[in-house]
Formats: sequence, structure tokens, C-alpha cells
Amino acid sequence: MIVLISKRQTVAWLSPFLVLVLLFFLVPLLYMLITSFQNSDGFTLAQYQSVLTNDYILQGFTNSITLSVISAVIALIVTLFAVYAIMRFSEPVREKILILTNLTSNFSGIPLAFAFIVLLGNSGLFTLLFDKWGIGTLSSFSLYSWGGLLLIYIYFQLPLALMLLYPIYDGIQQQWKEAAALLGASTWQFWMKIGVPVMLPGIVGTFSVLFANAMGAYASAYALTGSNYNLVAIRIGSLIKGDIFAQPELASAIAVILAVTMVTAMLLSEWSISKTRRKL
Amino acid sequence: MKKRGFADLFFLLLVVYLVLPVVATMLYAFATNWNKTIMPEGLTFKWLATLFQDAEFIQAFGRSVLLSSGAVVIALLVIVPAIFVIVLYFPKYEKWIQMAVVMVYSFPGIILAVGLIRVYSKFGVPMILVVLGAYVVGILPYIYQGTRNSLRNVDARQLLDAAQLLGVSKLQAFTKILLPTVYPGLFAGALLSFSVLFGEFVLINLVVGSRFETVQIYLMKKLNTSGHIASAVVLIYIVLMGLLTFAIATLTKRSKGATNL
Repeated sequence: MIVLISKRQTVAWLSPFLVLVLLFFLVPLLYMLITSFQNSDGFTLAQYQSVLTNDYILQGFTNSITLSVISAVIALIVTLFAVYAIMRFSEPVREKILILTNLTSNFSGIPLAFAFIVLLGNSGLFTLLFDKWGIGTLSSFSLYSWGGLLLIYIYFQLPLALMLLYPIYDGIQQQWKEAAALLGASTWQFWMKIGVPVMLPGIVGTFSVLFANAMGAYASAYALTGSNYNLVAIRIGSLIKGDIFAQPELASAIAVILAVTMVTAMLLSEWSISKTRRKL
Repeated sequence: MKKRGFADLFFLLLVVYLVLPVVATMLYAFATNWNKTIMPEGLTFKWLATLFQDAEFIQAFGRSVLLSSGAVVIALLVIVPAIFVIVLYFPKYEKWIQMAVVMVYSFPGIILAVGLIRVYSKFGVPMILVVLGAYVVGILPYIYQGTRNSLRNVDARQLLDAAQLLGVSKLQAFTKILLPTVYPGLFAGALLSFSVLFGEFVLINLVVGSRFETVQIYLMKKLNTSGHIASAVVLIYIVLMGLLTFAIATLTKRSKGATNL
């Protein structure tokens, strides 16, 4: 065998990469974690105490979690059916749909918030339309509220859900359907007894990615409501950005709790996936 | 049959929901006046012309391109060789890279921003360099995926061994044999990274702020002052993303085609 690579070469190729990951990822996150437990006297839980007893911040968490769960569920249901429809198109058509999905997945943050202002803002296209048709309940809809945020969150969840669910659907083999049909199962029975149970781990995993995606989202909500609407991400942003009221210690503690929430969601989905796998 | 129509309905709904905001914003960029009527009162190129004459916008655009492409270039120079070394010579450590990929992908900018500010704000390091570094690490998932997919298509290790047996130096084997093989996938990954960074707002806004005004920050500023100018900015953004997406799709197709040989 040839001498593969010298130790010096390995170090030379790998160390810049490792240094970058350390400096701009691991060290900041670890430092944030450590300082969230510190004040001038040393170890403290005061930051966490003030987060967990602050109704306003807790409300931010509740709002974020509700928004994330509901937007993830809606996006998941819509794409489950939509991907089912897409699967029956020809290969070139499917490819075009995926390209379109990729394109819209880039359409997020500030540009997305603006697009919804054009459609549903105070003098938005649909706002005028609803007014003209005299649909009172719809024309009083405010984009700058929970409902408006939900519409925007659903929008950026959809392409992600589609891209994650597509390969999962792709795993359902045509032969299984044929075998089930030969044995007398209806399409409905096939999906209920075979299709959905096989895909279930993937669906749960997709849900947790969508949940995390929405929990960490900041730009759209910021563009739409400034710091007015109470979400965790918005709270963190205003705590580190405010020049006078900046409270980085508090922001660290909230960020750590947010990270823990997201990691817990991931672990829960891992756990439920391994549980359903064992059952199968 | 009934259920089939049901699924198609959802698909149609999805497409309309995804396309409508894009089309409406693009149309708004050409509208003379669109405050009282359902459709624009007239069409004009005035907003686009105004935007292109605005030195502030041109500079912001330049900064965005510079920052995003700078991060991509650094990532190509630093991350790609590291991935090669691990995949080719230390495959058992590849799971560490994969773990880093998952972590980088799942930690949102809003959390990372807190850490970056806490560590670097007191050192007097220019914060723009901090964001640049975070961008380089942030695109690790896309660069890794691009490199890895192409490497899987060829037995890179065997190619490299053969080349070295024939007396080619390691560097030559790398640049003349491996790079051309992974080029389409890597290029697609680089373009994807660029488009992700071009749309990045959280880190640049929170860590650096208006001291380094990118297109996203410029857009945020115009959001409340001029809807027409904002829509012109979004129009340019959409066109750029469209071109990039198209290029990525073509490249990915080509690199997939190479596998079938």
C-alpha cells in the first residue's frame, strides 16, 4: 500500500477548518451557555429565574410554540396530499415542480413579509378585494397580527415540508401497491395499513424539523411587526440589539432555553421514530 | 377517484399559495399606482430606474455580493480540502463532520447571534469579520452535501491511488483528477450557499447592523418608506434567485448524468 498522507499534511489541511468551526460556532455557543449561569459573583441561576418568572417572556414562548406547531401541522397536511398528487405526474413535470419549490424556499424573511404586505397589508390587493365584495369579516383581517404571521409561517414551511416529504413518498414502492391490490386491498386500505405506517417515522421527523424551523425564524416576524409581536426570537433580538436596554445575560438565558426546546423536539421525534420502528 | 381529485385540489392550492405572493410583488414593482384598485392603474419602469440610480442601493448590492461570495470562496478553500482529507483518508471520522453539519444546520441564526455578540463584542474585532466567519461555517451543510454527493459517484480513493502510482504528486492528483470530477456538484453547492447567504438577515442585522448595509437591510429600511422601491428590490432579488436556482438545477442534472456513464 502507498503511504497515504503524512501527519503534517493532515494537520495543514484540517486545522483551518477546525479553527473556523471552533471560533465561529462552538466557542460562541458554549460561551453563551456558560455565561448564562454567571454574574459578577460567579455561578447563578438568577437569569433563568428572571426568565421563568417573567410573564411577558413566557408568553413569548407560548406564542412561538403555538405558531410553530400550528404552521407545521398545516404545512404537513397540505403537502402530504400535494405530494401524493405530484407523485402521479411524469418525471419532467415533477422535476419542474421541485425547481419551483426550491425557488420559493429562497423566498423568505424580509422579501416574504413584504410580499404579504402587498397582498394583505392595509392597502393590499386582497384587502381591497374583500372590501369591494363587502366580505366584512375578511376585510377586517389584520396581517400585522397572529393570523398574518401564521399565513407567512405556513408559506415558508411549505417548500421545506415538500422537499422533506418527497423522498419519503418516493420510498413507497409500486410493487407494494400492486401486491396489496392483488390481495384485495383498496387504495384507502393500502395507505392506512401500509403506506402511512411505513412513512410515519419520516412524517414525525419532518414535523420536528418544521417545528424547529419556525421556532428559530426571526426576519419575517421582525419585518412585519417590528418588536411588537411577542415571539421568543423577537424577544432575544430586542434584548441584544437595544442600545440602552440591552441585556445580553438575559438574552443568553432565553437563547439557551430556546435551544433546549428545539433539541427536546428533535429528541422526542427520534424517540417516537425508534418506537414505531420497533413496532413494525 | 374522488380521493384523487381531493389530492389534486391540495396540490393546486399549494402552487397558487406559493406563486401568488411572488407574482403580486413583481407586478407591484411595475405598477404606477396600486392603492385603490384591484389591478394596478398603469405600468411603469420608473421604480426600477429610480432604484438603479440610487447609489445607496448599488453599494448595498455590492456589499451583499462581496460578503456572500467572499464567504463562499473561503469555504471552498478551507472546507473542501478538509472534507476530502476526511472522506479519503479518515472515513471513520466522517460522522463527526456529519454531526457538525446537523448542528450548524439546526442552530438558528438568532441563537448564534447571541453567542457571537457575547464573545466578540468586547475584543474590538470588526464585527463584519465575525459575521463573515459565521457565514463560512454556516454554509458547511451545502458545501458538504455538494462535495459528498459527487464523491460518492466515483471511487475517489482508487483514482487517487492510481494517479500516485503513476507518479503524479498529491497536489496534482487533487487538482487535475478529483476537482474536475466533483466540480458540477461542488459548483451547485457553492451557488446554493451564495443564494442562502444573499438572503441572510438575522446575523448581519443583529451583529453588525446598519454599519454594513446589505441588500436585505436596505430592503428593511425601504419597507416602511417606499413600497414601490421595496417591490423593485424584491423583484431584483427574485430574478437573481431564479437565475441561481435554474443554474443549480442544470448543474445537479449534469452531475447526476455523469453517474449514469
